[in-house]
Amino acid sequence: MTEYFLLFLSAAIVNNFVLSRYLGLCIFFGVSKNFHASTSMGLAIISIITMSSMLTWVIEHFILIPLGLYFLRMIVFVVVIAVFVQLLEMVIKKFMPTLYNIWGIYLLLVATNCVILGVPIINSEEHFNFIKSTVNALGSGTGFAIALILFASLREKLQFSDVPKSLEGLGIAFILAGMLALAFQGFSGMIPL
Amino acid sequence: MNLWKEFTKGLIAENPIFRLALSLCPALAVTSNVYNALGMGLTVMFVITCNNISVSIFRKVIHPKVRVPVYIISIATIVTVAMLVLEAFLPILFKELGIYLSLVVVFAIILARAEVFAAKNKVIPAMVDGLGMGAGFTIGMVSIGGIREIIGNGSFFGYQLLGSWYHPPLIVILAPGGFIVIGFIIGALNLYEKRKMERTTAGGKI
Repeated sequence: MTEYFLLFLSAAIVNNFVLSRYLGLCIFFGVSKNFHASTSMGLAIISIITMSSMLTWVIEHFILIPLGLYFLRMIVFVVVIAVFVQLLEMVIKKFMPTLYNIWGIYLLLVATNCVILGVPIINSEEHFNFIKSTVNALGSGTGFAIALILFASLREKLQFSDVPKSLEGLGIAFILAGMLALAFQGFSGMIPL
Repeated sequence: MNLWKEFTKGLIAENPIFRLALSLCPALAVTSNVYNALGMGLTVMFVITCNNISVSIFRKVIHPKVRVPVYIISIATIVTVAMLVLEAFLPILFKELGIYLSLVVVFAIILARAEVFAAKNKVIPAMVDGLGMGAGFTIGMVSIGGIREIIGNGSFFGYQLLGSWYHPPLIVILAPGGFIVIGFIIGALNLYEKRKMERTTAGGKI
């Protein structure tokens, strides 16, 4: 039990996806201008990441490895995740229209994104079992959501501050992300993995 | 002449990293030294060129409704080939690049070039466009890698440049430094752009 808890903390905080692994930066800088959008995006990421990593684990261990097709995993993972997200979007649109209105568009935005593809690849490279893969996915998604929401609140404050002209926009956003990463750097090495 | 223009536009005017702000993840992740940055840049150049060629060859056969999945499968295939080649011939680089190499599949710049350029043009221009964009990407990667390696390690391409009096701030090589360095590079480019604009408008008035 402790092992799983440590894995979760490690994925969420110590090896934070954005701030120490540099994945998902397009979303991180694209959606973080608005606090509400970033919360919805965080939730969408957590749910999709967990479900797609469960799905790819099953496919990897019951189809690819028995058939000796392990080297095709990239192609299979990309296609499976893209199709799965499309399906999920259709189901939500049909059965939960209010939910769809809130974060429907975010689902499609993340369909082929490095965060979503990154977790299955890490799971497969570390040879995690099913539960470990799921915990790792849950932790990574939570970590991404934490970083995104923190960053969005910082950027909202930034709108009213006086920034040098040439650094406005993306420049200062990067430097701010560097400061946030500096804070997260304090956690590094806390959980040896 | 026209082909040369297609090639050079990717270098500076539409540089994928600094101008289009696409594919930022690798620009941060593997630029802690020049060697890795160059390896990643060349891999992306290979993938983007091959993908542009294959999309351009099949552009009349691909139904517009399924074009994105087709492009993604094409990219994933080429990336798998590149990964197998690197694993066989440059195993150390393969290990250093690690997961970021697999994630070349989802780089926005590759899909964007297929969609914007290769799907509408003949094979040769598409290939040149891929080479130019790949070269621009490599230049961006190497310049970020160079700055980070010189400041953070006092060396360039593995050769020690600065003497033992220099105590490198390790933070530049770690994650936070990557963000901050890119922030300042974007700021510097904006400043340069502004100066250039002012100069041309002032010149126009006279």
